[in-house]
Amino acid sequence: MFEPIWNANYVDHVQITMAEDIGIGGRAGYYDGIGAARDVIQNHLLQLLALTAMEEPVSFQAHDLRAEKEKVLSAVRLPDDLATSTVRGQYAQGWQGGEQVGGYLDEEGIKETSTTETYAALKVGIDTRRWAGVPFYLRTGKRLGKRVTEIAVVFKRAPHLPFDQTATEELGQNAIVIRVQPDEGVTMRFGSKVPGNAMEVRDVTMDFGYGSSFTESSPEAYERLILDVMLGDPPLFPRHEEVELAWQILDPVEAFWATQGRPDSYPAGGWGPECADAMMRRDGRTWRKP
Amino acid sequence: MIVDLPGTTTAAVNKYLVKLRHDIGAMTLGRVLTLVIVVDGAGAESAIETANDASRQHPCSIIALISGKKTGANRLDAQIRVGGDAGASEVVILRLQGALAGHGDSVLVPLLLPDSPVVAWWPGQAPLDVSGSAIGQMAQRRITDAAEASSPRAELTRRAETYQPGDTDLAWTRITLWRGLLAAALDQPPYEPVLKAAVAGASDSPSADLMAGWLALALQCPVTRTRTRAGTGMTSVRLTRPGGNTDILRPDGAVATLSPPGEQGRRISLDRRTTAECLADELHRLDPDETYATTLTQGLAMVETPTRKKESTP
Repeated sequence: MFEPIWNANYVDHVQITMAEDIGIGGRAGYYDGIGAARDVIQNHLLQLLALTAMEEPVSFQAHDLRAEKEKVLSAVRLPDDLATSTVRGQYAQGWQGGEQVGGYLDEEGIKETSTTETYAALKVGIDTRRWAGVPFYLRTGKRLGKRVTEIAVVFKRAPHLPFDQTATEELGQNAIVIRVQPDEGVTMRFGSKVPGNAMEVRDVTMDFGYGSSFTESSPEAYERLILDVMLGDPPLFPRHEEVELAWQILDPVEAFWATQGRPDSYPAGGWGPECADAMMRRDGRTWRKP
Repeated sequence: MIVDLPGTTTAAVNKYLVKLRHDIGAMTLGRVLTLVIVVDGAGAESAIETANDASRQHPCSIIALISGKKTGANRLDAQIRVGGDAGASEVVILRLQGALAGHGDSVLVPLLLPDSPVVAWWPGQAPLDVSGSAIGQMAQRRITDAAEASSPRAELTRRAETYQPGDTDLAWTRITLWRGLLAAALDQPPYEPVLKAAVAGASDSPSADLMAGWLALALQCPVTRTRTRAGTGMTSVRLTRPGGNTDILRPDGAVATLSPPGEQGRRISLDRRTTAECLADELHRLDPDETYATTLTQGLAMVETPTRKKESTP
């Protein structure tokens, strides 16, 4: 069902989001100078991107899986103009989930002049036959609206809709959302006619939740990793080639950011800086509200 | 099922909702929109009741934001209602106290359904600039109720000044059936132009004001709006054409008489609509209501008010 449409013919773009609602907590010493891109994009988001975009591995053996992931990562290309395709942000004080929280620069152990980013968004392309022309938008940040990790594959609009304008005003793009956490599962979004005599199409969802389909819970993320290490079964661990490829993607971005002064600030509890929305608007798209 | 979570955080509420979904299969994720009710303590219970009724037509996730006293320590008390206690919806009631009461939007963000439209409803007093308010900016649709304002006509003027696509008012929804009747009456012979129209309704009925504005705009003829005793609602509409008058009279708020020129009056059931019906109607369409927009911003100013009682006009 999914494989035939998992390519540039049908997919408009992909959004991978990893949002945290917490600040840096007591990790100032580690976090300052590192930032969201190195902390999350380099490893977590690029791994999710690789798993989403890779060809089907010939087997689930570790080396086959890694081979496919490496192929994807080696094909990832940054856009030419990093100023319009990358965004950094730093949280300022604000109200989040019913609490007033301080900004990044107010955190204990952070210098007032710190230019470390706590929000990073990035647009990349993948130069393969399957994905050419499909932008992958990655974003991560601390002190965002809620804690959520999701991969959304957003599909192209139908080239022709046999409805009049007002009937489809509320119709968005079809999408498959893979909820990595919390509430693990998959949601499909598509349009449905609103019951009644008027012709009107509205987005609805079809939902699969691990929690409601299986009562047995998945092992905790780190439980699984530790078990794999003990068994010597490493498909989930990136090999050094993968890590190097991921750094090759991120290094030019970090180098560019280093020349750009302070990141934009964004109020805690929202969905990141305004320039991140502007980046999507330039492409005629919007960030999802997870 | 009702669960109280006193002195809590939104993260805890979210966690509990996910747990409830797993345990009893309550499915918020199948809902197509989030309805946010912004209300003060007194009107909360009846507003939630109304929203529950409306949710039987449009299953939605309901979040009621109840602002308490603004002094004292910040505190968030939550209550979750699912199953039989929540109609066809899932209700989260959030009571805010202290400085937090002024930042309701911050507790809302984590609880909104993913990717779904947000509809905000102010059952009582609405903010001065509805679409500019923090919660208004999150919502695709903003439902106010001018009939609840202390001066409904002045309220409509303010709405017109701050109108943004997506704004709507329950006073407008209440006259949908009236408008249908009038349009149908003009669809019958003789097809003569309307020379003038008169709308009579309670002095505190914004619906009658909107009706007059709509007629003035749609018929491009002089429209007068006369005021009857407060609390009577819309009472009558008269359309004058060369061949005679077409009247719709509803003296008792339940049954109306439609009298086309030269014909016996027809009795039509035209109950004053309940708020739940109107709300369900509003949830039906989530795109901007263009007729309401032009009525509000252009039509109202075209209405003549007889100078028996002075009324501030824009």
